[in-house]
Amino acid sequence: MSRNSGLSQASRDPKWVQWILIGITVGFVTLLLILPLGVIFWEAFRKGLKTFTIALSDRNARSAIGLTLLATAICVPLNMVFGLAAAWATTKYSFPGKSLLISIIDLPFAISPVIAGLMLILLYGIHGWFGGVLQGFGLQVIFAVPGVVLATIFVTVPFVARELIPVMQEQGSEQEWAAISLGASAWQTFTKVTLPNIFFPLLYGVLLCTARAMGEFGAVSVVSSNIRGLTNTIPLQIDALYNDYNAPAAFALASILASLSILTLLAKSWLESRIEHRSKESEEIQ
Amino acid sequence: MDSTPWFADRYRTTGAILVLMSFLFGSLAGCGPSSDASRPGVKRQLKNVSYDPTRELYTEFNEAFARHWQETHGETVEFAQSHGGSGKQARAVIEGLDADVVSLALSGDIDAIAEKANALPATWQQNFANNSSPYTSTIVFLVRKGNPKRVGDWGDLVQDGIEVITPNPKTGGGARWNYLAAWGYALSTQLGDLKKVKDPAESAAVAQATEHAKDFISKLYANVPVLDTSARAATNTFIQRGIGDVLITWENEAYLALREAGTDQVELVVPSISILAEPPVAVVERNASGHNNLDLATAYVEHLYSDEGQRIIAKHFYRPRRKEVVSQEDLKRFAEVKLFELTDIAANWKDAQETHFKDRTGVFDQVYSSKAQ
Repeated sequence: MSRNSGLSQASRDPKWVQWILIGITVGFVTLLLILPLGVIFWEAFRKGLKTFTIALSDRNARSAIGLTLLATAICVPLNMVFGLAAAWATTKYSFPGKSLLISIIDLPFAISPVIAGLMLILLYGIHGWFGGVLQGFGLQVIFAVPGVVLATIFVTVPFVARELIPVMQEQGSEQEWAAISLGASAWQTFTKVTLPNIFFPLLYGVLLCTARAMGEFGAVSVVSSNIRGLTNTIPLQIDALYNDYNAPAAFALASILASLSILTLLAKSWLESRIEHRSKESEEIQ
Repeated sequence: MDSTPWFADRYRTTGAILVLMSFLFGSLAGCGPSSDASRPGVKRQLKNVSYDPTRELYTEFNEAFARHWQETHGETVEFAQSHGGSGKQARAVIEGLDADVVSLALSGDIDAIAEKANALPATWQQNFANNSSPYTSTIVFLVRKGNPKRVGDWGDLVQDGIEVITPNPKTGGGARWNYLAAWGYALSTQLGDLKKVKDPAESAAVAQATEHAKDFISKLYANVPVLDTSARAATNTFIQRGIGDVLITWENEAYLALREAGTDQVELVVPSISILAEPPVAVVERNASGHNNLDLATAYVEHLYSDEGQRIIAKHFYRPRRKEVVSQEDLKRFAEVKLFELTDIAANWKDAQETHFKDRTGVFDQVYSSKAQ
């Protein structure tokens, strides 16, 4: 109700106020978001499709794409499992230090990615706590592919959990209790009651996590050895190419990364409309 | 709600992803360094950790060395080539980046690897000819086309209204050479001959010249609008972003920028005096022997001194040590310039580091922070 009265209040604003506000928003978005994104694509294709395809058929470019997809493929499922477990633990159980735990999950949001990278070096570097032991097994973590994956996981830890916790908090445990009292097993309760309720927020978290995992630069740059074709992810390779005076190739790769992000964004908007749709439906039922 | 069927599908997908993931982890675990004894037909890997502007040089040199090694030993060599700021790269090797060979901007950075990680002997610089520096370079200027601000020598850089682009000497290797070249110029204008710096009889004159040099450095860095972190970043600021009237940079970097930006954009100015920069190369013995690569890494560095290596070096605008094997055409590109050595103005890199670039007490921090106040 209050939302509706707010709306009619706003629509009573003079026309010129409305136009100025719309103008500011559209201008801002165009200047700061659409234009830069457009420039990337324009630069990528400026010298023709051929330069673009040559840039992408480069061995190191493909390796960078491969490594980014690998890191994302490892990071996102892990994050999903962790996010589910964390959300479940913090919303269905009560234990001492719960709110502290929820805050700690948020830590990677607050910590600068550079510091995240340095922390990984302190732990897994050759002089680090675990580095010597791992080296003994012949496993190089920092300045190798596992370090890149670890850094990606670190910076994306909160994404799924952050989406799920508020939803699961709001839903409470009544439906689960009902299922259990009707004789459902714990697993049945989870798969048939809990998961369908949180499916969309879960997917939403996964998408955000994917976008961040693909785009991470800071933390990965600290722990990568900057070896092309080996430990460069797409963002690192873009930076390296740009510093090589190879702007066309840098922008070609940048346009690939931007396309992946735009796809993620589109999927996110579609999900949002689905969520709205569903919540309207459930309101109507009530 | 009709949630059961689609959910079952989703669950299967998740399961598939998990299986895939564990497979990927498994294959990752197998990525550890493997070392085979050297035999014909075997593939070997060599990791060279280098600084920024050598990218083009080593791309070509690695191909040449791979051919040479294939012909002489019948083994295939694959290269992992890493580039970054010299100090950052040294730090990474100290923290465990398993380089077989390091080729950095200054010997101080390799000294740090020897000292902090014990990965090679402290006397590493005597392992190869010419202080283990198969090539040298010097510091020159790039100016805008037509040299509108009439920059001809170091003295012009401290004029009012001149914008100078040079990276931060506390973070970049090339940036330190830039700084020391300017320092040497300032001393030489006062003393006439840099030989006096180490002459005890001239200590009063040297002290006075040092004060003058501090003043010169202070004025020079007051003219720097952007203090980038590395040589390549400074080049980008000057060329791509179009900031500044003069870029102080490596000779090889200047030629590369000239080729990229075109002679209709910028031109080269060679100062009256500059520093002889000796970027050194070393085998990181602990890592190389751990990979069973000691023979390969040593041959790799030695090949830099070979006729072929020296020609590739000259082609990429580094000054070769053995001029006699390089074509006159390539040699002609290097301008005649009076060069002084680091040891003319400091005992060694450690001394230069302590005097000039140490936090707070170093000359750079003192003149740069006094500028800020």
